[in-house]
Amino acid sequence: MEFSTGDLKALFGAFSQRMAAERDRLCALDGAIGDADHGIAMEQGMKAAADAARATNGTLQDVFNAAAKGFLNAVGASSGPLYATALLRAGKAAGPRGSMPSGELRAVIAAMRDGIVQRGKAEPGQKTMLDAWAPAADAAVDGRNADAIAAAARQGAEATRDMVATVGRAARLGERSLGHPDPGAVSASMLVEEICNAIKPA
Amino acid sequence: MSLTQKLINDGNAAVDEMLVGIMAAHPEHLWRPDNAPRAVVARHGPRTGKVALVIGGGSGHEPTFLGYVGRGLADAAAIGNVFASPPPQPAVDAAMAASGGAGVLFMYGNYAGDVMNFDMAAELLEMEGIEARTVLTTDDIASAPRDQRQKRRGVAGNVFIFKAAGAASDMMMPLDEVERVARHANDRTFTMGVALSSCSLPQTRRPSFDLPIGEMEVGMGIHGEPGVRRGPLRSANDVADEIMDAILAEMKAPAGDRVAVLINSLGATPLMELYILNARIAERLKAAGLVVHKTLVGPYCTSLDMAGASITIMHLDDELQRMIDHPCDCAMFRS
Repeated sequence: MEFSTGDLKALFGAFSQRMAAERDRLCALDGAIGDADHGIAMEQGMKAAADAARATNGTLQDVFNAAAKGFLNAVGASSGPLYATALLRAGKAAGPRGSMPSGELRAVIAAMRDGIVQRGKAEPGQKTMLDAWAPAADAAVDGRNADAIAAAARQGAEATRDMVATVGRAARLGERSLGHPDPGAVSASMLVEEICNAIKPA
Repeated sequence: MSLTQKLINDGNAAVDEMLVGIMAAHPEHLWRPDNAPRAVVARHGPRTGKVALVIGGGSGHEPTFLGYVGRGLADAAAIGNVFASPPPQPAVDAAMAASGGAGVLFMYGNYAGDVMNFDMAAELLEMEGIEARTVLTTDDIASAPRDQRQKRRGVAGNVFIFKAAGAASDMMMPLDEVERVARHANDRTFTMGVALSSCSLPQTRRPSFDLPIGEMEVGMGIHGEPGVRRGPLRSANDVADEIMDAILAEMKAPAGDRVAVLINSLGATPLMELYILNARIAERLKAAGLVVHKTLVGPYCTSLDMAGASITIMHLDDELQRMIDHPCDCAMFRS
């Protein structure tokens, strides 16, 4: 099955709708260990990314690049540089093509993980969005099916509940961050789910 | 849960509508470059040969950051969404507008998002041939142990630290010296706060965290990040004592030394309570043999509508005293 620029624009639309729907839940998760605005940043960022993607004519890489810039300029915050870098790397992985086999979205997931590592310099286990992206990327690189990749991301996000944050804003809480899932990892697992829906044959 | 009451039109437009109101109120102090709505520049600060001091961060802390843009203090500020770092572009816009050819010093509180966005801005400026350096503020002693000072967050001490760097820049010191003064000011500034109620974001109008009646959070951050300890609400004197014990133990100032004091409201706490705190703090400083050179009392670095206060002590020396006494003229702060 081919994945076209139209499908990519639809995927950004799905990201945007999902983040809007989950905004208050993500803010509440962030309120427990942070500053309660994660849902807002993700909603605004993905809306801007979807708008920028929709307005772009060009290759898959062009659409990813436009979305990256849209996300970054809309939110700043910590999610801005992290997802902008992730989407730029995803664009590079997809390349200057009008479409690609949908199975290659696995390489997109791995590239997003690489971009987040490059920009945020976090490691797995530090209670960040990487704890959802890394297991998803590992499953994707192993060629697992879409459901398995999405499950890896969800389990990764859930596992942050038992982690003590050592980077990012929650790091100042130390042990008090235990028992709460990382909101960045939870939103990441939602984005992975949306990508996995696009991997599956219709 | 009922929504908090706010005088807003649209939560998502709150920052931009506030900026329109600020520009309308302070045209003699502030302007914005064309196509850079989130960069605010001092009318009379930037000049040729002067280091450009560019500050910034999320909104919701007013008068921090843009209220400290003006001659003798910061040359420009980059404005983010509520409690969110600005993206790189406004920081680049602010730096370009303020640049006097002697380099740019970025100063902002130590938060992961701000560091990533301002570092990207510094990289973009380098491509334009403008040298940009960074000094992070890390004055919140509750946010990490003393031996991990570089992990601490920047809070209300920003006011004194920016003030010192702005004075150095206004005295036409070169970039190396302005940076040195900024780091020195940060090293000698100590803050701790206590929250009595949650703030709520204009976009959600719900409390950002749950703080029951009768309790307080000691060491709470200026975005409502949980602090070091939660416990029953205590008297002003007890709270002042707990905070002063922590600050004095860190500061280790010998008797006879001078300090500057900032009693800061987090938004909802009135001046009456701030001055009650200051009565005890003045007493404690006197008992420690310290000389209060300057005291600021009021909302200087807020957290939207949060109730609570923070106490900042800057341990002065001759140089920092000169910087704190240097005149400045900003939209929301004059001295």
